[in-house]
Amino acid sequence: MRGATQAKWAACAVAVALTATACGGGGGGGSGIVGSSWGDPQNPLEPANTNEVQGGKVLDMIVRGLKRYDPKTGEAKDMIAESIVTKDSQNFTVKIKDGWKFSNGEKVTAKSFVDAWNYGAHLKNNQKNSYFFGYIEGYDKVHPEKGDATADTLSGLKAVDERTFTVKLTQKFSTWPDTLGYPAFAPLPKAFFDNRDAWLAKPVGNGPYTVKSYQKGSRMELRKWDGYSGDDKAENGGVDLKVYTDNNSAYTDLMAGNLDLVDDVPASQLKNVKSDLGDRYINTPAGIIQTLAFPFYDSKWNKAGMDKVRRGLSMAINREQITDTIFQKTRTPAKDWTSPVLGDDGGYSDSVCGDACTYDAARAKKLVKDGGGIPGGTLRVSYNSDTGSHKEWVDAVCNSINRALGNDKACVGNPIGTFADYRSKASQQKLDGAWRAGWQMDYPLIQNFLAPVYYTDAPSNDGKYSSEEFDKLVDRANAETDTAKAVATFRDAEKVLAKDMAAIPLWYQNGSAGYSDRVSDVALNQFSVPVYEKIKAD
Amino acid sequence: MGRYVIRRLLQMIPVFIGATLLIFLMVNVMGDPVAGLCGDRRCDPATAARLKKEFGLDKPVWQQYATYMGNVFTGDFGTAFNGQKVTELMSTAFPVTIRLTLVAIVFEIAIGITLGVLTGLRRGRPVDTAVLILTLVVISVPTFVTGLLLQLFLGVEWGVIKPSVSSEATVDELIVPGLVLASVSLAYVTRLTRTSIAENRRADYVRTAVAKGLPRRRVITRHLLRNSLIPVVTFIGTDVGALMGGAIVTERIFNIHGVGFQLYQGILRQSTQTVVGFVTVLVLVFLMANLIVDLLYAVLDPRIRYA
Repeated sequence: MRGATQAKWAACAVAVALTATACGGGGGGGSGIVGSSWGDPQNPLEPANTNEVQGGKVLDMIVRGLKRYDPKTGEAKDMIAESIVTKDSQNFTVKIKDGWKFSNGEKVTAKSFVDAWNYGAHLKNNQKNSYFFGYIEGYDKVHPEKGDATADTLSGLKAVDERTFTVKLTQKFSTWPDTLGYPAFAPLPKAFFDNRDAWLAKPVGNGPYTVKSYQKGSRMELRKWDGYSGDDKAENGGVDLKVYTDNNSAYTDLMAGNLDLVDDVPASQLKNVKSDLGDRYINTPAGIIQTLAFPFYDSKWNKAGMDKVRRGLSMAINREQITDTIFQKTRTPAKDWTSPVLGDDGGYSDSVCGDACTYDAARAKKLVKDGGGIPGGTLRVSYNSDTGSHKEWVDAVCNSINRALGNDKACVGNPIGTFADYRSKASQQKLDGAWRAGWQMDYPLIQNFLAPVYYTDAPSNDGKYSSEEFDKLVDRANAETDTAKAVATFRDAEKVLAKDMAAIPLWYQNGSAGYSDRVSDVALNQFSVPVYEKIKAD
Repeated sequence: MGRYVIRRLLQMIPVFIGATLLIFLMVNVMGDPVAGLCGDRRCDPATAARLKKEFGLDKPVWQQYATYMGNVFTGDFGTAFNGQKVTELMSTAFPVTIRLTLVAIVFEIAIGITLGVLTGLRRGRPVDTAVLILTLVVISVPTFVTGLLLQLFLGVEWGVIKPSVSSEATVDELIVPGLVLASVSLAYVTRLTRTSIAENRRADYVRTAVAKGLPRRRVITRHLLRNSLIPVVTFIGTDVGALMGGAIVTERIFNIHGVGFQLYQGILRQSTQTVVGFVTVLVLVFLMANLIVDLLYAVLDPRIRYA
């Protein structure tokens, strides 16, 4: 059924697992292989088509873009970019460093970027992240809302010479260079365009690791690439990603010593994880916020006084209690509409929501009453019941609201069978009452937490919230050339959200991981992806 | 015999079409699968529309079904959302599950029938009572409990086995999962064999065989057991289909990338192509297993003839 080479590999992998020694490594520092849990990526592994953590893990190891977010501070640091300059916040000149190569020997040139971005933006390639290129001029031609594309390439994107290209945006966007750390903006080698299927079967990138073997749906072996041009070289010999059918079986394998790293500790094990792993358990903030969104397209929820009702409901939720008991502190009660990973300079604020995010049953009851009561008498909170433990916390939130308001029928959960069905209902404005909404940031900028979610008719504004004041402030912040001023203006925009209670912030989600005693220096970045290249393995 | 087989094969056609249509409709009722591809955000409408077109989701359901069936007959089971061909998924998943099922069936036959014969011949003795109690325990404890406990003790505490099966899923790795998967059926096989043996022991032909002076061993294997196996064979035959499709729990616990896992993931991602493709093959397996069981009757009991 399988070839001799694979069988040999299997034997090798077993040897790694059993005796905890590296396979084929030459001994000494940096030869250890890290075994890590994985899930089957949902989409083909192209940079502009990967929008979830499992595919993101691989891309984070095999590709490097113009910028990269510092795993600790989240700051966008130059990686391949030598300089990105602009005079007007709209026309950018990008110069890339000399000497970068793909692992197949091709040079990373301005064309590698221009071609990759044109590919990612074009409608015919079905790339799920193509909206990232939406700020570049000519996007509406290659990716129209309706009908076929009328151009092959983005008109705002031009390669000047081998190491320089220019970008023209449709609007002023001063912090645009900071968005370029997202994998969608990674360069692609010629090999990708020559034979996409072969590339997908064994991706070739310019990152610290190369793909040694890839069995779709079961495992991927990545090895340190000695020819890597960047300064964040891998500290270990390689990473074996192993697909698990269930995060519980991955956790069991970690306990049995067959796996080094589990980056998704199952909810049912959170109670034992401290005693099982001690300080080999990490629980760090990630750029994910959970909120309750409301249907502003429904006149019942959009009339005067409803902001009071929403504020009242927010105050009726005992966030501390729920994050402690249900989530075992893997969530942190939310105090604004962004995330603590942004840091104070990046726009996070622990006071924007203020009292409205603090439990106060008496005031909650009064506010809901003053605002005219819950439309229809009952708040239905919709969620998908197939993945995650949404039922538990939605029920807890409803209990908390019901108790605070002294009304057993004030809030009920409304489970929807599958995630796809729930998303399809939410994006077509077919939900009544509130629903669970989550936002995972694309890049650590306050802009990313506000503009795509609350701007009028923004792509992820499912509730159709609309505020002229908010829109104006976001426009102004985007055009601001000074970063500090831009952040300050975004903060002002966030205050508008607080005033309207556009969505009820619930909590910030943490990334959690556990690891074996064979490995050290394990950390998660703001996207809750392990920082693989820094891990040291025996 | 030949005509009988042909008649049975022809009967399979409506069953096959009915079953696939039902699954196809059920998966479709779940809603728009493309919306789930973009995480907690809205897919941009242009890309979503193109994806729908590519997967044929923009057409009416009957037309989707017709195209799908047309493709199936040419061996094209479509593409899953992650860009993998469903046939490719099948070629990795089915060998694993077939191996797991075989291990389970071997356990059922080897342990189940042996225990059944043993207890059937010693009715009311301590062995019989002990086995009966044991099977009762096995039947009443859910599979996932047995699975998780065995995994915890054998895999983590005592380190006898690896708690999770590697992607190669070799037979030796599948022994414990196979035992877990077989456990409940094994108990039923034991009880069925026991009752059947106990009943037939007093049958005329057994008395005749004993009176003829045949050795005890030959009486039991050739005369008693062979006639007693008919209900057991029926059970095991139908169990083949159940084991292949119903191993989801065991496959998840022991990290086996088989049919159950692919089906589970297909349902979560609402990948019509994956779910319908796998179920179609499972329906075929089930139908074939039933046919083989019916043919085996004639082998076991010469009085049964098919015209």
